[in-house]
Amino acid sequence: MLKLKFIVPLLLFAALGAFLFVGLYRDPSYVPSPLIGKPAPEFTLPSLQDPNYPVSSKELLGQPWVLNVWGTWCGGCRTEHDTLLAIARTRAVPIVGLNWKDDNGAAQQWLSQLGNPYSVVAEDREGRTAIDWGVYGAPETFLIGPDGVVLFKHIAPMTMEVWNQEFLPRIEQARAATGSKT
Amino acid sequence: MTNSFLRACLLACLLAVCGRALAIDTEAAFDDPVLQHRYEAINRELRCLVCQNQTIADSNATLAQDLRREVREMIAAGSTDDEIRDFMIERYGDFVLYRPRMTAQNFLLWSAPVLLLLGGAVVVVRVVRKRALDTDLEPDRPEAGQS
Repeated sequence: MLKLKFIVPLLLFAALGAFLFVGLYRDPSYVPSPLIGKPAPEFTLPSLQDPNYPVSSKELLGQPWVLNVWGTWCGGCRTEHDTLLAIARTRAVPIVGLNWKDDNGAAQQWLSQLGNPYSVVAEDREGRTAIDWGVYGAPETFLIGPDGVVLFKHIAPMTMEVWNQEFLPRIEQARAATGSKT
Repeated sequence: MTNSFLRACLLACLLAVCGRALAIDTEAAFDDPVLQHRYEAINRELRCLVCQNQTIADSNATLAQDLRREVREMIAAGSTDDEIRDFMIERYGDFVLYRPRMTAQNFLLWSAPVLLLLGGAVVVVRVVRKRALDTDLEPDRPEAGQS
């Protein structure tokens, strides 16, 4: 009985310590997306290269695809650009760009100078589609399944490590799941 | 006497003007004061996710401006406060609220003050009872209460 009196506070302290220790290594600015596992918000926006040609999320149904939110004003987007180009060269999935609150000319210049990793780029000049997707800091990269459900979201510049560890397995899984149905 | 009173008045006026000057969102969004009040109240409850320790009323980040525009348009379209909050939660999660709701996930956190108080009360009652018992026994058995 008396031993319990000493052990219980010690255990409570250990539990608190464990929580605080884990907390040290968590990013406080990371906001978990409520969109994961839910249908991706639909959008129809003008294409960056040709305003007469609309880009619609509906056209992408039936295959896994990636939505990358970027802008020429965003430093992290410049950091990840070469990685995106490398990923695009593997032709694993279509990468759709969402050009977020940017200047059309600057964005086109960026793509012609640095290379274009995107299958198509939608221009979200007013940032409304970005709000629908819960975007708060570019670059952000979403993975959408063939059924139009958001599978994963990465907030920060894309790296090959993140792509290989988080995106590729989920893409393969999504492909296997739809393959077995048909 | 009157001089210092005048000075105080002047200072009060200046401070009153100052508040307006420091405000981020200075333009009145609505002519109707009721709608304007709702607009300001909601903005003060929504977190600007880029600058996480500020509300969208406090911040001039472009995302805060965009979110204020959404709030403004939703109020103008006749949405209720709850509808606007739900709109934000659907997109940004509970974190967007400055006054967090009680959900299944944070229920323990919400009930922690009550649980801790009850736990403390239980400990206090037990200690007091034990001491009372010990002092009663003390004249006969001085070792009581020691291990």
